[in-house]
Amino acid sequence: MEQGVVKVKKDKKITWKEVKRQKFLLVVSFFMVVYGIIFYYWPLTGWLMAFQNYKPKDGLLGSKFVGLAKFKFLFEDVTFLRVIRNTFCMGVLNLVTCTFMAILFAILLNEIRSTKAKKTVQTISYLPHFLSWIIVTGILHDALSSSGIINELLMKFGFIDTSIDFFAHKEYFWPIVAFANVWKETGWNAIIYLAAITSIDPCLYEAASIDGAGRWAKIKYITLPGIKPTIMILLLMNVGNVLNAGFEVQYLLGNGLIKSVSDTIDIYVLTWGISQNDFSLGTAAGIFKSVVSIALILIANSVAKRMGEERLF
Amino acid sequence: MKKRKTSLADKIFVVFNTLFMIAFVVITLYPVLNTLAISFNDGIDAVRGGIYLWPRKFTLKNYITVLSKENMMRGAYITVMRTIIGTVLSLVANALLAFVVSRKRFIFKSQLSLFWVITMYVNGGLIPVFMLYKNLHLTGTFWVYVVPGAVSAFNMLVLRTYMQGLPDSLEESAQLDGAGYWTIFSRIISPLCKPVYATVALFVAVGQWNSWFDAMLYNRMKTEYTTLQYELMKLLSSVMQQSGSAANASAAGANSAAVTPITVRSAATIATMLPIICLYPFLQRYFVTGLTIGGVKE
Repeated sequence: MEQGVVKVKKDKKITWKEVKRQKFLLVVSFFMVVYGIIFYYWPLTGWLMAFQNYKPKDGLLGSKFVGLAKFKFLFEDVTFLRVIRNTFCMGVLNLVTCTFMAILFAILLNEIRSTKAKKTVQTISYLPHFLSWIIVTGILHDALSSSGIINELLMKFGFIDTSIDFFAHKEYFWPIVAFANVWKETGWNAIIYLAAITSIDPCLYEAASIDGAGRWAKIKYITLPGIKPTIMILLLMNVGNVLNAGFEVQYLLGNGLIKSVSDTIDIYVLTWGISQNDFSLGTAAGIFKSVVSIALILIANSVAKRMGEERLF
Repeated sequence: MKKRKTSLADKIFVVFNTLFMIAFVVITLYPVLNTLAISFNDGIDAVRGGIYLWPRKFTLKNYITVLSKENMMRGAYITVMRTIIGTVLSLVANALLAFVVSRKRFIFKSQLSLFWVITMYVNGGLIPVFMLYKNLHLTGTFWVYVVPGAVSAFNMLVLRTYMQGLPDSLEESAQLDGAGYWTIFSRIISPLCKPVYATVALFVAVGQWNSWFDAMLYNRMKTEYTTLQYELMKLLSSVMQQSGSAANASAAGANSAAVTPITVRSAATIATMLPIICLYPFLQRYFVTGLTIGGVKE
């Protein structure tokens, strides 16, 4: 954009001729808006259901209006408060561990001298990202089963005497989910940090070497500050997603024994909305999630603004 | 470059770093290689355990079993179709939209951008969306996989950023020659966007190949439209349930009664991941650039 060789005339009056010339653009826009309204904006009218006692036979307009009764029910429901806690805690735990591991991996990979080794490790590191959660949870389930490799190793090295059923104890579930996310996404998330590291001026490293800085010093004083804006912006983007991070893994790995720590808001919505057919309650829970997510984004954005960091908008 | 004398701290660093990378590679690859080894092993023999990186009793029977499973093959067909159709549809739609909003002189460019960016942050949620698809008669059809997600703000923004980086003079000189916007899009901009098209196509294709939740939610009753991943899930959860998993009970349906041998499950897992594993190393260049464009700023 900064070529600036060809100046576009600004503030040009919109003439009929110009509109005619842009006919193709306008036609495409029209279809895109229609599509967007149908698939993205129209569902928002469904939010009305949360304030009604929605009955499919009465429809959206005919159902009885109940005000905030559904929300009241939600916040008096111990299960709902528990799923909020689960979603939030797992979301934060995932965000922190995944970000930390991605940065660590990117920095350490960058320190490898051999280009061939670097390329190979990086290619391998992407692999899990391309596997579906079905496959990842399947593999994880086998590895953590009572006859799985983890139990075998733990017993071999004498940490435990009898095998542990990892999916029957509540305290293991959150770490397992965090590990699954780290395993799947570390290499992928590191791509962007590696790109940021590559764009740091190599002169800085040379100057530091002349001053006698070792590798640790260079990482601490050049690499980390160099990628700080990238870290901040990615954290910001992901804070809004904290509540979105809780569905597939929890759904696939959870079971009756550990429901109280594994169920998330999305699973709650699914259970109430689709299985129990209480559309109103499910929608209310969904609205709660959306509103909190947007609030989180706005808060994160204004915090960043105050600290003089990069902002999203 | 002359090698400077490395200090002790640096030597420790290199050792630690090498160990870290080895551990990383082992943890990443072992589960996959282990699954591969089990998938080639005899079913009854595998129950004894102790298979690590190499099958003990080699057999191809598991793959034959998987390939002769009617539901897996049907699922594979649907998955291939949705990947191809979904990717083409999504790429065309997103490219057109990105082209429109990246025209500097387009009168509604900022309004249209905003209209789509909002969809990234606000959405109706599971149930309203479910009801919409039901009302549109999309549930129980193949089209529910490819139509609703065809345009996505994220992919549009990746494409837009790339298109905005192309010089304006291209468009202007074409216009002087009398080219309309369609010609500019198809003849001038698109050929230059090949790398970023590849990136977006890859993102969409991987998403299509791996998705299972839409199959479960919208097409559970329509067995002719379930996807490969969903069939794999039914196969895998038949075992998970044994160890007390009730969450998947509703999803697994009738198949859960018979426990599938671990070797067959491994073969199905490998067969499902194979196409992607074979392809992704060659496409690395594309997703690295794409991710960097997309992540920098909306």
